[in-house]
Amino acid sequence: MATNESGSVGKPMNRVDGRLKVTGAARYAADWPIDGLTYGVIVQSTIGSGRVASIDVSRASKARGVIGVLTHKNAQKLPDKGRAAVNPPAGRVLTLLQDGEVHYNGQPIAVVVADTFEHATDAATMVAVTYEKGTLAADFDAAFPSAYPLPEKPAEPGRNTRGHYVRGDVDAGLASADVRIDQTYTTPKENHNPMEPHAAIASWEGGQLTVYDTTQYVYGARDTVAKTFGMKPEDVHIISPFVGGGFGCKGSTWSHVLLAAMASQSFKRPVKIVLTRRQMFGPVGGRPQTHQRITLGAKSDGTLTAIRHVTTSHTSFIEDFLEPSGIVTRMLYAVPNLESTHRLLKLNVGTPTYQRAPGEATGTFSVEVAMDELAEKLHMDPLALRLKNYAETDPDTGRPFSSKALKECYRVGAELFGWSKRKAQAGTMRDGKAMVGYGLATATYPTYRSPATVRARMEMNGSDVRAVVQTASQDLGTGTYTIMTQIAADALGLKPSQVRFELGDSHFPKSPVSGGSMSAASTGSAVHVACTALRQQVLALAANDPSSPMHGIVATDIGVSEGRLITRSDSPATETYAEVLARQPGKAVEATESSAPGEETKQFAMHAFGAVFAEARIDSDTRTIRIPRLVGAYGVGRVLNAKLAHSQMISGMVWGVSQALREETEVDPRNGRYVNADLAEYRVPVNADIHDLDVIFVDEDDPHINPIGAKGIGEIGITGVAGAIANAIYNATGVRVRHLPIRLDDLL
Amino acid sequence: MRDFHYKRAKSMEDATRSISGDPTAKMLAGGTTLIDLMKLYVERPDFIVDINPLGKISSDLVAIAPLAHGGLRIGSLVRNSDLAWNDLVKRDYPVLSEALLAGASGQIRNMATVGGNLLQRTRCEYFRDTSMGCNKREPGSGCSALDGFNRMHAILGTSEKCIAANPSDMSVALVALDAQVRVRSSAGAERTIPLVDFHLLPGEHPERESVLHHDELITAVDLPAIPFARRSHYIKVRDRSSYAFALASAAVALDLRDGMIHDARVAMGGVGTKPWRSHVAEKALIGLRASDDAWRAAAEAALHGAKPHRYNKFKIELAKRTLVKTLSEVAAM
Ligand SMILES: Cc1cc2nc3c(=O)[nH]c(=O)nc-3n(C[C@H](O)[C@H](O)[C@H](O)COP(=O)(O)OP(=O)(O)OC[C@H]3O[C@@H](n4cnc5c(N)ncnc54)[C@H](O)[C@@H]3O)c2cc1C
Repeated sequence: MATNESGSVGKPMNRVDGRLKVTGAARYAADWPIDGLTYGVIVQSTIGSGRVASIDVSRASKARGVIGVLTHKNAQKLPDKGRAAVNPPAGRVLTLLQDGEVHYNGQPIAVVVADTFEHATDAATMVAVTYEKGTLAADFDAAFPSAYPLPEKPAEPGRNTRGHYVRGDVDAGLASADVRIDQTYTTPKENHNPMEPHAAIASWEGGQLTVYDTTQYVYGARDTVAKTFGMKPEDVHIISPFVGGGFGCKGSTWSHVLLAAMASQSFKRPVKIVLTRRQMFGPVGGRPQTHQRITLGAKSDGTLTAIRHVTTSHTSFIEDFLEPSGIVTRMLYAVPNLESTHRLLKLNVGTPTYQRAPGEATGTFSVEVAMDELAEKLHMDPLALRLKNYAETDPDTGRPFSSKALKECYRVGAELFGWSKRKAQAGTMRDGKAMVGYGLATATYPTYRSPATVRARMEMNGSDVRAVVQTASQDLGTGTYTIMTQIAADALGLKPSQVRFELGDSHFPKSPVSGGSMSAASTGSAVHVACTALRQQVLALAANDPSSPMHGIVATDIGVSEGRLITRSDSPATETYAEVLARQPGKAVEATESSAPGEETKQFAMHAFGAVFAEARIDSDTRTIRIPRLVGAYGVGRVLNAKLAHSQMISGMVWGVSQALREETEVDPRNGRYVNADLAEYRVPVNADIHDLDVIFVDEDDPHINPIGAKGIGEIGITGVAGAIANAIYNATGVRVRHLPIRLDDLL
Repeated sequence: MRDFHYKRAKSMEDATRSISGDPTAKMLAGGTTLIDLMKLYVERPDFIVDINPLGKISSDLVAIAPLAHGGLRIGSLVRNSDLAWNDLVKRDYPVLSEALLAGASGQIRNMATVGGNLLQRTRCEYFRDTSMGCNKREPGSGCSALDGFNRMHAILGTSEKCIAANPSDMSVALVALDAQVRVRSSAGAERTIPLVDFHLLPGEHPERESVLHHDELITAVDLPAIPFARRSHYIKVRDRSSYAFALASAAVALDLRDGMIHDARVAMGGVGTKPWRSHVAEKALIGLRASDDAWRAAAEAALHGAKPHRYNKFKIELAKRTLVKTLSEVAAM
């Protein structure tokens, strides 16, 4: 990427939307003031499997303020029974009142619409339902024997995402090993709990539908809604300028969005549905529970001879969704013989979904604990074991990495953390009453990129110019507005304050889902090319205009700084964008450009890497676990905004602590009920749980990866953390816990 | 939430009389338990009498005042935060201050009152979910926790009908301190109930949680003078560093002279179906020399007869260790 004169990229610039957020002016999905707005509340099933035998809405319909009740008896029949938009993995199988079937406890079975949220909530409790119960499977362990292999799927370009994958001969590799580890690791169901719950306002005008949504994928929402109703995509308008956290659960469009649109159509008024915190458990996905059996073989010098990684995770009865824990294993270490297989089992639960680093977050826990166990058996330092098996090229595809600074991450992280002070013998480090332990794990996340299109316009703004840059991307709170503003400013040679970046509207050109940590790489690259094109257009206007001082100078010889054009030669000729534009009849210049990944995805393996070091302190009396410090060193290509990048990394690390020690969704095996569905009983860390978090970005110049040289950083922060903590707890106590979350119960 | 009638009480008499006519009626103090449970349809009062205005009418209700013969009277509308940071409490009953500060969050403590805290209801998830059976919420509907997720549940004082833990931290300290609950009925009759007798074991009737009558207003809690309570301490073990209910907690005061235990107060939280005063632990301690053996003997006595269920077996060992730790820290004070 050309370094530009104003040099905004990389700087720790504050969020451009920060003021809007702290003053409450930022409008989230539920905040839009709409004339005649009514409130929908979803009635949920209270059995886990079966069908609705009768549903009596007479009392609810007569309750104060109620406008109508939608059930499978009176809901409009949708094309293909509501499945027209199903397109896995992101286009989900929804429950849209097309029949009375119940496949999980908490499934939407009716929508009550009233003049206030309170009236709708109260009336919802008056809907009287009887059920015919079906057979129930809500217990992961009991359903384990029913697990089935994943149907073979074609690999995605650039990456091996097949359910089943083998290289070499694992049995032979294990047979030739001096030391073997064969253990099972488990991770629980987890639910996303972004601060902003899911919410949608649907409003019809003739055949046109507007949905104010909170989504990680504006175009995905548009297409799902349009296909489900059998409409043209242009007739659906999605508006989602602010998203209060997504973490994957807002990557798909879930039933409540369509139910709001259906209710709005039936009752002929705008309908708002905001999910309660309790409704966040079930109807909008969550991370699947996993059972991972890992077999490692190694020579006595530590050289890995084989890895077998069999992952079993749950899905629902209506859709196959996989937590691909075993994919990361394929590229983490240089091992010739490897098998990584995935299986699913069906439970009566809401279909699970992507949660921050789906696959990597759970896979780096199990593999990295297994590596720790292997190191101990080999009497090797866990870091030395990793270096021994360091993959210089991608063991999965055989390709070179576009860049890989992992060795440097290990070195820098270990030094800052003080890894050399670790005592190999578990349970031997003490500080007063505290048992102290150190652990490490490798972090990694692939760099994805999708095509994106951006429209950039330069226009007069008073006597100055401003660039308006638009694309239907999303800002989940991560800082997309800000980094895109920086990229645009640098490409155009403007100050960030001269750029207005807009997203979250399906009338803008298409950007991909904000998932897979790819927004910066995808949309950022498109912003860069569109703004570069716009700059060339304006420069050409100057160069071709006889009344311009720059007349006749080749556009490529003109540089721009803070909106002022200067030649790269000695010529004193200069003028400003504003002066160029002021001479234009329409006084605006526009460029729309797309950017997409190309040949590089076939030539290189592209991943971000990191090393995470954790200290654990366990109270020798009560076994309370504390993590006083975490150090993470990462190679992520170009850091686009030092402040936002740091925030992304520490937020991932905090979630890693949560994954390691706190979170678990309890589903009652007797009826599939989500038991701890609120934030008092579903515990995430409090501030007092989080202590020192140190993040280092090692220098990494990646010329191949994409035009802006940046790898995604949204997800890598959570990876490796749970493994490092589990290893630290073992080092402190000598107790090897192979499940998450690890609680004091496990150490008593 | 259901519709309900709301009234601001004009006097204690007005509050108690208004309540007495309607069996579903509830008094509203801080509201942090009541409103929460109303949103869940667990509490369904038709009539709410807001007692907060009473603080302006009878200042005793919001006062913390020394008693003539020693001890302290705490008005029932005193907020948990105010009580925790009161200088007399911090000096004479540090265990109470610590217990309060270990509970809930800053915001909730700013709202929560002494009276409401005494009557806060269990956090058993099955109690809070109206689609599940719960004998406490709906007598005769069965206890879903017995064979359900019961990691947070009680191991002492349970019955076949209910194993819900009493969640209060404050009450654990108060019960250790021999607190007396002062109440007043709609007829104006006043009585004083020792806190140890205030809460009921679930037995056959988990729906009955205290001896308070429907028309009675808690006016104050009295603490007797316990000079050695200046050497007291509360330890709470929980799943995170704040804002979580106790897995196990201990409130301890020791009268130690020349290394000998002359008197002791021991209560535990997170393990009992009510705030758990352990007279047996105290008996085991008195007369012994302060030592690890004494602490362990007390812990064994305190947990004797504990009955765990599938997911809370660890609580027996955890409660013992928590008590041992608290005793030894108090002895070292
Ligand atoms: C998320 C969360 C976490 C919490 N964590 C903890 C914790 O860790 N530890 C802990 O101890 N507590 C915790 N709590 C509970 C909190 O301490 C109680 O909710 C609070 O003390 C109740 O006091 P209140 O004044 O708000 O009661 P209210 O909700 O107003 O009343 C509760 C009950 O008491 C009755 N009542 C109130 N005052 C009187 C009176 N003077 N006379 C007669 N009846 C009366 C009411 O009618 C009602 O039935 C938590 C609560 C929440 C919501």
